[in-house]
Amino acid sequence: MSADVEYEPVIGLEIHVQLKTRTKMFCGCELSFGDPPNIHVCPVCLGLPGSLPVVNARAIHLGLMIGMAVGSELAPRSIFHRKNYFYPDLPKGYQISQFDLPLCLGGKLGDVRIHRVHLEEDAAKLTHVGESGRIHGSDSSIVDYNRGGTPLAEIVTEPDVRSAEQAREWLNMLRVTLRQLGVSDVNMEEGSLRCDANISIRPVGDTELHTKTELKNMNSFRYIERGIHAEVARQIEIVRSGGKVQGETLHFDPRTERITSLRSKEEAHDYRYFPEPDLVPITISAEMLDAARAEVPELPTARAERYASTLGLSDDAAKLLADRAELAAYFESVLEVDSVEPVAAANWVTELAARLDEGDPAGSKVEPRALASLIGLLSSKAINVGAARQVLDRLVAEGGDPLAIVEAEGLGAIGGGDELADAVAAAIAANPDVAEKIRDGNMKAIGPIIGHVMKATKGRADGGEVTRLVRQQLGL
Amino acid sequence: MIELSAKQLADAIARGDVSAAEAFETYRARAAADELNAYTWVAPEGTTAAPMSADAPLRGVPLGVKDLFCTEGVPSQAGSRILEGYLPPYTASVVQRLAEAGAPLLAKTNQDEFAMGSSNENSAYGPTRNPWDRERIPGGSSGGSAAAVAAGSAPWALGTDTGGSIRQPAAMCGIVGLKPTYGSVSRYGMIAFASSLDQGGPLTRDVTDAALLYGQMIGQDPCDSTSLAHPETIALPTAERLDGIRIGVPRADLAADGIEPGVIAAFDATLQRAQELGAELVDIELPHAEHALAAYYVIAPAEASSNLSRFDGVRYGLRHGGDEGLMAMYTHTRHDGFGDEVKRRILIGTYALSSGYYDAYYGRAQQVRTKIADDFRAAFGRVDLIATPTAPTTAFKLGEKTADPLSMYLGDLFTIPYSLAGLPAISIPCGLSDGLPVGFQLGGPAFSENRILDAAHALEQAIGFEPLEIS
Amino acid sequence: MIDREQVLHVARLARLQLTDDEVERMAGELSSILGHIETISGLDLDGVEPTSHVVEVSNALRPDVPRPSLDREVALSQAPARTADGFLVPSPQA
Ligand SMILES: [Zn+2]
Repeated sequence: MSADVEYEPVIGLEIHVQLKTRTKMFCGCELSFGDPPNIHVCPVCLGLPGSLPVVNARAIHLGLMIGMAVGSELAPRSIFHRKNYFYPDLPKGYQISQFDLPLCLGGKLGDVRIHRVHLEEDAAKLTHVGESGRIHGSDSSIVDYNRGGTPLAEIVTEPDVRSAEQAREWLNMLRVTLRQLGVSDVNMEEGSLRCDANISIRPVGDTELHTKTELKNMNSFRYIERGIHAEVARQIEIVRSGGKVQGETLHFDPRTERITSLRSKEEAHDYRYFPEPDLVPITISAEMLDAARAEVPELPTARAERYASTLGLSDDAAKLLADRAELAAYFESVLEVDSVEPVAAANWVTELAARLDEGDPAGSKVEPRALASLIGLLSSKAINVGAARQVLDRLVAEGGDPLAIVEAEGLGAIGGGDELADAVAAAIAANPDVAEKIRDGNMKAIGPIIGHVMKATKGRADGGEVTRLVRQQLGL
Repeated sequence: MIELSAKQLADAIARGDVSAAEAFETYRARAAADELNAYTWVAPEGTTAAPMSADAPLRGVPLGVKDLFCTEGVPSQAGSRILEGYLPPYTASVVQRLAEAGAPLLAKTNQDEFAMGSSNENSAYGPTRNPWDRERIPGGSSGGSAAAVAAGSAPWALGTDTGGSIRQPAAMCGIVGLKPTYGSVSRYGMIAFASSLDQGGPLTRDVTDAALLYGQMIGQDPCDSTSLAHPETIALPTAERLDGIRIGVPRADLAADGIEPGVIAAFDATLQRAQELGAELVDIELPHAEHALAAYYVIAPAEASSNLSRFDGVRYGLRHGGDEGLMAMYTHTRHDGFGDEVKRRILIGTYALSSGYYDAYYGRAQQVRTKIADDFRAAFGRVDLIATPTAPTTAFKLGEKTADPLSMYLGDLFTIPYSLAGLPAISIPCGLSDGLPVGFQLGGPAFSENRILDAAHALEQAIGFEPLEIS
Repeated sequence: MIDREQVLHVARLARLQLTDDEVERMAGELSSILGHIETISGLDLDGVEPTSHVVEVSNALRPDVPRPSLDREVALSQAPARTADGFLVPSPQA
């Protein structure tokens, strides 16, 4: 292949999400993070002989909620399969997962189609202890089965992603969606959200899929983006130099930016899937669907869409509020106060959010009613923007009523009365050269005059009104 | 006391003629003195049974329990070297249930390793011998339970049946064995062989004891997703006659090669008695029964290959090769820990599930299973029960079939169809052939245990089988 | 029917070490067993649903309510090799 062919990446994502149940997928052990090792274990999740799995109803419920959120077809009947392989973090020698009859099929989130969503159990945690834990001279690892058996939803996309940046943005959308659904903590550092990427490249314009590699377990959004970049570059390099991409499982090391092969070659994997005989089929009843539907809130994409189309917010403002459920909720409670204009409300909720860092405005000292009243003062020109910001600062610090703050602090705007006219006259007198330029038609030179007025009025003047008076007094 | 059936012993305890403690110690001493290698563990001297309520239905009649039922703090090795010395931290649901019903754990009984076998020769703890002839096998895989009950060192015992492992040893030891409807007895705590086939059940001296014990074993268990509530309570059988009962006989299957004439003779004589008791005999066909064995020897090994993957040397049991790396630990532990028959089945099962072979083997076998269940459904539209011999032969000599695994498998041809269809069947002793017991198998539709037990009881009375004299 | 290579492949999947003698013997025995099993390959099973469960049950679900776990000492007590709080295994990375 010649060096001038342009290649595009074709990327599919597989996301593992730990579900926020109280207990594990198939036993009554409590979920935990960071607890001492091997204290949340029982015959089932240790894979002791004779033990049997029993499906956690809540995991099915959360799985259905995910399916509903991404518009999947919910399987009327689904079954679990065994995926057989040996690894010390897999106590039974097989993982109970789903194969050809998953809980949810198809769907779409944003511009990426969903292939399927299925349920399975998480592996245990394996810690390499190297030489310090040598058994008879060989390196060893320690297994902690606390995490083993945690319910997972695996969300598999179609290969619709075309860049590392898109992968990162889409994953963020998925994370925000799942968080607002309340089905998972979606915390990559704690491993409750994990992502693998299936990556191939093809000449731009080609529609076929080429040999893909699987980039495993990238544990931050940044690494995902960088890992995909690195792998795409590696594949292009291989193809440009006349080679062929090998289908293999890869690991991206974020420190060295290097990509290494994960599985040894002798391990031709053959998972020997077969229906799990210890479990019976899951059939989804109308009651189960109703219960799941009742718990699915309005989701970020739908909410942003509504803010933009029916409230007239810009796409950016709409997304900013919709992506954080607490901001959206606060925004809507501000709107519930009479006659607040949505765009202004969105701006001021955003202003408030910026002052609260990551905090929930509902937990702040600023009552939605107070913010609405502040917006009212501004829109009736009783105060100007600068004063409104000062009032907001006070509200964040102490709470209270905006009008009272305006009065106590003397922040009320100066209207068109004599006081302002006098201040304008004084400013013109103090800046004759500026006045001259304005008379010559250069309105852009007005800055120093406005600055003078603002200083004299302690910022209470309305900029528009000042401009009007300047023109009037200069006879323009 | 040892001549009493379990039911009679329970009644004697209830009347106060014998104390439960006395009964326990008597049997404990007998089990400890066993010479058949029927046990892998016997309760130590001085063991007192867990307290039970005064009206516990089983009154304290002690129970032999097949090794593969997990018993907390008591060795549970499933006849395997890979679990040598393994002490589970929990007790199987059915063992727990029976202890609460008044059947305390007396001993663990020997078995073929992981219930794979028909002779008990596959036990890592040595073969059990048949009390009728110590040079012969007791059947398997619940051979220890069968030998113990036949020899009178246990009043009754638990076994498990995957393809005949309760019925065939019961037949070969001249006692009663019931394989219940799949799902009626919890599998939780039973070390699995083939999950979709395994079912626990009683091995007893007579049909009444089987009904009494089984009646306390049943019930839906929240720990076993495949368990079901039995639609009926199990009554103690009272029938003396078989009037109006239609018994189907699959004549074509009885013409198969390898069925001993003495077995056929005892079987035919029993059919004759059934007719005399008022039963109507009906010729039936089970067209796919001849394929049951092939389907079974795909499905059972396939499930077993997966079920036995947990024996990896990490959390319990044997570990070999641990200083040579992970792969060596796996392969050496499993090589040294599993016996030949288990290895064979793991290999067959792995092969049958492996890429490229699944459809031809496992997929087809599951379809054959559907056809076999359909055959039974059709047959039970015409008849109430189906009769066959339990096994084509009487107990064979130790070592006679070990060199040819397939010939051993062929001994399961009458028991396997019920296993694949999940249906209940009982084996009762129906006579002797050359001085060795012959089993008569009666099977019925799902949850027809009451009907089966009643009919078996009527036949038992009419046959008047002389059990082995207990010494 | 099943040759040495296939036996070795399957044994590797099943994590079973086999001696040369065992491979030879197993190849013979498995071939004879598979030969018998082959009889089902001639059946007409088109359109027949496979049976993986004989029981007609679905949704045997468990409420999401915690149950007591094992004491760590009990969980670790049967381990062939252990540390104070974990199961010790040869490292997969070694
Ligand atoms: Zn657990």
